[in-house]
Amino acid sequence: MSESELDHLSSELDLILSAVARVSEVAKDDIAPTSHPLPLLNVFREDVITPSLTADEALSGAPAKEEGRFKVPQILGEEA
Amino acid sequence: MIRKSANEMAASLASGEVTSVELTKAHFARIEEVDVKVRAFLHLDTEGALASASVIDERRKKGEELPPLAGVPLALKDVLVQKNVPTTCGSKILQGWRPPYDATVVKNLKKNGVVILGKTNMDEFAMGSSTENSAFHPTHNPWDLTRIPGGSGGGSSAAISSFEAPLAIGTDTGGSIRQPAAVTGTVGVKPTYGGVSRYGLVAFSSSLDQAGPCARTVLDAALLHEAIAGHDEKDSTSIDAPVPKVVEAARRGDVKGVRIGVIKELQGEGYQAGVLERFQESLDILSGLGAEIVEVSCPSFDYALPAYYLIAPSECSSNLARFDAMRFGLRVGEGSAEEVMNATREAGFGREVKRRIILGTYALSSGYYDAYYGSAQKVRTLIKNDFEKAFLSADVLVSPTAPTTAFKIGEKSDDPLAMYLNDIATIPVNLAGICAISIPSGLAKEDSLPAGFQVMAPAMADDRLYNVGAALERELLAKWSKPLLDFAPELA
Repeated sequence: MSESELDHLSSELDLILSAVARVSEVAKDDIAPTSHPLPLLNVFREDVITPSLTADEALSGAPAKEEGRFKVPQILGEEA
Repeated sequence: MIRKSANEMAASLASGEVTSVELTKAHFARIEEVDVKVRAFLHLDTEGALASASVIDERRKKGEELPPLAGVPLALKDVLVQKNVPTTCGSKILQGWRPPYDATVVKNLKKNGVVILGKTNMDEFAMGSSTENSAFHPTHNPWDLTRIPGGSGGGSSAAISSFEAPLAIGTDTGGSIRQPAAVTGTVGVKPTYGGVSRYGLVAFSSSLDQAGPCARTVLDAALLHEAIAGHDEKDSTSIDAPVPKVVEAARRGDVKGVRIGVIKELQGEGYQAGVLERFQESLDILSGLGAEIVEVSCPSFDYALPAYYLIAPSECSSNLARFDAMRFGLRVGEGSAEEVMNATREAGFGREVKRRIILGTYALSSGYYDAYYGSAQKVRTLIKNDFEKAFLSADVLVSPTAPTTAFKIGEKSDDPLAMYLNDIATIPVNLAGICAISIPSGLAKEDSLPAGFQVMAPAMADDRLYNVGAALERELLAKWSKPLLDFAPELA
């Protein structure tokens, strides 16, 4: 982020955070949290092979590719 | 022809009065004529749309039995992927990307022979209530071009209200289908969470996101709902149960004996007088039709907005990590992977997206998790409990959809908290995962702009929305003597 963006956002974030902090007023210890609207547990399917994207399709939107792989900038440092 | 309902267009197609190619061309002509003013679309797929229209025409000519909406055009919100058609989510970070696969919603539309005209504008990654956060351009409300068409699905609502398409797909995380419908005088439905597959819907807040129909009539919305809904094993949160009988309900429209609960907390202060007046009028109509009106209280709704603005940013901060400049989308800068990632995200994301990623990251960070995200999840439980209690004494619940009519473009763009208030009546529905519809309730007296009437029903009781909506729509239409959109100014 640029410095000017940071200046702009920092004051707003402060305002937003103080507004949303109200949730702790009613969040008593005995209330169970809801992470999801559906009471679904693990959903499984039969372990059968189904058609998927080909390698070319999967690579079709890559910013850079080489020999059928994603080409990415250096991830590890020189000394690694 | 373009001013007809989708159901009427389908009948004209079936009778041979018009072909799908002709109908599709008529809509492209309309888009060409008015979209310079409305700016609902980000991308038009003229070639693809005409090709699929002509396939439908061929199949019809051969005497094949076709699905109800076959050959009818539709506008698709740019947050759903369509194979080989640009999908940007209103963001520069995805500019130029052509997805290699179809979302399940898109697959279902194609299976039903629906002709997809193009992709509609939206707030970047669906974050906003005005479509001003699109990285490309704002969209204008056909009722008054200086005003917002709602958001995040303002492109879809503007497209159908300006007769650029009879149908559109929206997505609703906190009101992004219903609030745009309310401020443009159209119908919008957020189905039950899990009722419509999220596969191929670019995720903003996964536990809240839901795709749904946008239309000009309740029956059209029901036909589209039925076409896109149903179980999908590619979405682990998809509900494995039959689609509620929404079309049947939309044709019924009988509220005799239906218990309608008015939520005390979703009216009064902060709501525009003209919006409340239209709300009361609709309520009186329903009561006159034999519905039983009761008042219900949902005290925890006071905390819905703060909870939403912790949960949605938290989930988005995680979901948007995938835009890392490595596998698809924009790549900017040089150096290490981390430097490239930073430069790309700085250049590719807009201000609101950055604001929410930072907020979400903070709310999830250790030391703050319990106070922010953890507390918000508890509020979610309280809101679910409030709904469950209210549904003991009412079959459906009602409120105005949005507290005000459409505001001016630019009016709230520097005040995020004021902007967030637009969704005060729609957000509780997403947090509880239930379903809701917004239907036009008329024009507010102050500004002669459309207001929306929201009906909410328990999970998987989506048919109730259509039943109540159809009854109200029928009576209001008789009162106005013509569709509400006929009162909007001519654009061409």
